[in-house]
Amino acid sequence: MSVDIDTVKRVARLSRIAVDDADAERMTGELNAILGFVEQLNEVDVEGIEPMTSVIPMAMKKREDAVTDGDKADDIVANAPASEDNFFVVPKVVE
Amino acid sequence: MTELTKLTIAEAREKLTAKAFTASELTEAYLSAIDTANDKLNAYVAVTHDKARAMARASDERIAKGEAGPLEGIPLGIKDLFATEDVHTQAASHILDGFEPKYESTVTANLWTDGAVMLGKLNMDEFAMGSSNETSYYGPVINPWRAEGSNADLVPGGSSGGSAAAVAALLCAGATATDTGGSIRQPAAFTGTVGIKPTYGRCSRWGTVAFASSLDQAGPIARDVRDAAILLKSMASVDSKDTTSVDLPVPDYEATIGQSVKGMKIGIPREYRMEGMPEEIEALWAKGIEWMREAGAEIVDISLPHTKYALPAYYIVAPAEASSNLARYDGVRYGLRVPGKDIADMYEQTRAAGFGREVKRRIMIGTYVLSAGYYDAYYLKAQKVRTLIKRDFEQVFDQGVDTILTPATPSAAFGVADQDMASDPVKMYLNDIFTVTVNMAGLPGIAVPAGLDAKGLPLGLQLIGKPFDEETLFRTAHVIEQSAGRFAPAQWW
Repeated sequence: MSVDIDTVKRVARLSRIAVDDADAERMTGELNAILGFVEQLNEVDVEGIEPMTSVIPMAMKKREDAVTDGDKADDIVANAPASEDNFFVVPKVVE
Repeated sequence: MTELTKLTIAEAREKLTAKAFTASELTEAYLSAIDTANDKLNAYVAVTHDKARAMARASDERIAKGEAGPLEGIPLGIKDLFATEDVHTQAASHILDGFEPKYESTVTANLWTDGAVMLGKLNMDEFAMGSSNETSYYGPVINPWRAEGSNADLVPGGSSGGSAAAVAALLCAGATATDTGGSIRQPAAFTGTVGIKPTYGRCSRWGTVAFASSLDQAGPIARDVRDAAILLKSMASVDSKDTTSVDLPVPDYEATIGQSVKGMKIGIPREYRMEGMPEEIEALWAKGIEWMREAGAEIVDISLPHTKYALPAYYIVAPAEASSNLARYDGVRYGLRVPGKDIADMYEQTRAAGFGREVKRRIMIGTYVLSAGYYDAYYLKAQKVRTLIKRDFEQVFDQGVDTILTPATPSAAFGVADQDMASDPVKMYLNDIFTVTVNMAGLPGIAVPAGLDAKGLPLGLQLIGKPFDEETLFRTAHVIEQSAGRFAPAQWW
């Protein structure tokens, strides 16, 4: 499978990365090189093989449903580019 | 004082206990070495002079009181991927500009509990995506090694290039690193250092900036096998904050150093004899086999039939996981924000300016393979191939093989700004051909220096072990180290 420039622009939009035409053009070539490389997997017979879902076979660890952390709103917004009264500030979303 | 930086961790530990010098003196020696060298090598992206001095003073007090921890007063470099409280943590990316977390990663917290001293944060490929340390926002790290008779700059490998270069150039006693497809073992091989990627789940991933969560694993880069064993013992733990952290006690890895490998079965996988493999790598491998045989191990030919599919499967699984892990960088909660005409434009402009080319490439590939209509053809298929890769290893271990010996990399270190690699991303990816299978199967792997090539550059061998059998890796790697000797670059910086 290979991608064209329109697909690359669509994927860029899904990825939330702004690209101009020159970027998209260059990326089309790069992405096709990578997709061409992974094409080899078509040679492998995976009939009846389960996909790996856990690297090390183990049951997921569970803990008691209790509050173990919190009361640190100042810490959480400490690195925000814009914050006010412990809220993250973003451009207006609704008119 | 420069003599102090020549000591291994084991040697420094002994002398600190004997009070031959203080932790403060040792730390000062490293800080002064870093201040002299870092302009040329670019191994550190942040040097924490004040913090290092304060930690060393605290170590001296604990030593005086007889309360020294296992790493008391040992100065370490920390890869920029580990969250360190109130200290530069950017995964060498522009998008995390100014990020100083309010928490400490479990791995680094374990090191400080054991008394280690932080010298600063080490350069790396952006978000650990790269094999040459050239994708860093902070520029490439320069390998302390140069080819004989040449002054051309070489890469230290990646993504833990700053860790490997700093260890090789004696700018820290040891370093933390991480390995998603070979990012500990390939740079270790390129710099004549020892690097171990432990079994998935051995070191907690909590507080480590995520790249591909089912592959990422922390480990040390050190000057020799013993030091790597000492560091891993402190880094590894069982952690309730990481659900994939495995509930097994951490053994005393150092105790295995010097144990015999007599009667051990060492597997030699025929699929690792790649077409076009340089003769020098082939010869190095043969030498490794000979050393193991001389030490009394039994050499057996084995087959890992799905080896060649590990790298293509990796380039589906890793970007897919990365595209979802890196969705959090949107200019809202931390790091860079570039204004836009609305919120979506703000996200798009921030991510366009904040991520480098390689990172964008991988996010795009990951988004594509996970997008509607392609999930089964790419991601699901790759995860099935992964099951087959893991099964290959399981079958070999079931046949009684204790460890597998392979080359660590297909070549020695290459030049900075290598044209071939720059023009074709897949060429760069091939650097990980011998290491990536180990991540796909979640196994432990160690790279140990085994010789020099015709140009005088270091080459490494890799040993692959059973899950949670790092002890056998230290034991066998030590035999190679004893046979090969140790290698250090001539100082030019």
